[in-house]
Amino acid sequence: MATARLNTHRVVIVGAGPAGVRCAQTLVAAGFKPILIDENRRDGGQIYRRQPEGFTRSYTTLYGTEADKARDLHESFDRLRPQIDYRPDTLAWNLTPGQLCCVSQGLHTTVDYDALILCTGATDRLMPIEGWQLGGTYSLGGAQIALKAQAVSIGHRVVFMGSGPLLYLVASQYVKAGATVAAVLDTSPLGLRIKALPKLMARPGLLFTGMKLLAQLYRAKIPVHLGISPLQVLGEAVTGVSGVRVRTANGETLTVACDAVALGYHLRPETQLADLAGCRMRFDEASGQWWLEVDEEGRTSVSGVYAAGDGSKIRGADAAEHAGRLVALALLRDLQLPVDAAQVAEQRQALKVMDDFRLGLAQAFPWPAAQAKALPDEAIVCRCEMISAGELRRTVSEKGACEVNRAKAFSRVGMGRCQGRYCSQAGAEVIAAAAGVPVQEVGRQRGQAPVKPLSMLTREVAP
Amino acid sequence: MNARFVRLAEQGRPIVKLTVDGVPIEALQGDTLMVALLTHGPALRQSEFDPGSRAGFCLMGACQDCWVWTRSGERLRACSNEVREGLDIITQQPEAIWPLRG
Repeated sequence: MATARLNTHRVVIVGAGPAGVRCAQTLVAAGFKPILIDENRRDGGQIYRRQPEGFTRSYTTLYGTEADKARDLHESFDRLRPQIDYRPDTLAWNLTPGQLCCVSQGLHTTVDYDALILCTGATDRLMPIEGWQLGGTYSLGGAQIALKAQAVSIGHRVVFMGSGPLLYLVASQYVKAGATVAAVLDTSPLGLRIKALPKLMARPGLLFTGMKLLAQLYRAKIPVHLGISPLQVLGEAVTGVSGVRVRTANGETLTVACDAVALGYHLRPETQLADLAGCRMRFDEASGQWWLEVDEEGRTSVSGVYAAGDGSKIRGADAAEHAGRLVALALLRDLQLPVDAAQVAEQRQALKVMDDFRLGLAQAFPWPAAQAKALPDEAIVCRCEMISAGELRRTVSEKGACEVNRAKAFSRVGMGRCQGRYCSQAGAEVIAAAAGVPVQEVGRQRGQAPVKPLSMLTREVAP
Repeated sequence: MNARFVRLAEQGRPIVKLTVDGVPIEALQGDTLMVALLTHGPALRQSEFDPGSRAGFCLMGACQDCWVWTRSGERLRACSNEVREGLDIITQQPEAIWPLRG
């Protein structure tokens, strides 16, 4: 019975980051041969992204304190590769019940599944600032990828602005790699970090690593300002960024000259495929954003659809590895296959600690919702199509659009190339502030297929 | 025009030659198109909706800000496509331009 299921049950994992790889590994150990679909050319996801062939930097240079984890994940994957059906460079762009639609190198294929495990990860969470459309403004994660995957700095003088642990991590990685960091500008004030200490003590090692990063920045004499309010990215339309202007915690205006800005406020989950599958979402109060509704082991509200990693709950790479293992065990249990109860308990316990820690992070480095309300009317919210905060506000005041999808229809905020990845959360805050209601009441932008733009040249593979 | 990106390491890789808007440039094997173009100039393309130029944003294939084209009209995401010898890249959108451009 069990053997029959192993041979016929088609398991498809989307995403080869820490969650997807650990999930695949656990399923292979149980006798499955899952299909692992990944949009990237190489495994590792964003956090443990592998540099291209021919690059020679060491694991320590690339991943710092996380070098052993990165190496272990990559080596696990290399051992796993002959035992799975690995499909890199493949975009899963739509799904119907039991079937995933994919494109790889211009060719369209469908992949049938009995169980689908979404390990789709996250992208940077952005709050607009006047001038952020200027060339030379990058997402914080993008700035890190430039260094990690390509050994370049995004500019000659770089400002890191936003909030969250990634701000300090990437800034210190830039310093270490020899880039010029002009300043680190954090919107969260010191007081919140002190208040969050009891929760952050859930992972003392990680807290210590964070403090070491800050100490490294101070030692390198990088100006670090806490509790700032971003005002403007300065520059010209054609030549791009020339500086940033912020208000410091004591109310002074500070201008920092730079030719690049790395901007970001922690992460937002990639939930489009889960949304298309009809999975329920829930509003996470702590982070102020919509997350996928999953049980503690990664089951979504739709039978046969599972999720793990930052695509379901933003808890970071370590949690993603545990959640990847746990979701595989959940699937085995749902198929009435033998599961080691101790292994389940171990993953759940590890995740509980990480849940506590992530609440501490949310408290220490909050999403700056109030900035959306303060955005000047002329500030661009949608950088894809240059739609301003004022235009979005008018959909509320003049057309009564108090729901994000309605406001999107009127304003096109969320309809451009990025499909709302970088504007819809801030857009929702702008709408909520204009309508005078809490942000969860204006809803969330629905996922739409294709989840990323497809080329008109895409061809179907003959059956 | 000044280069936007700065190389910090890994500069011993073999050279790859390509053409950008008719001008020959040299990149290194393993470079993304984005790095190849932005180590030579400040931008990747012209925005369709304002006079601004764009230089990419997320570097992870999510924002689609970094599109460039081959001379034959194929659209490439500069952050996730590597350079190849002899590539002929165009940074002007070959499709119809929106009349909104200011």
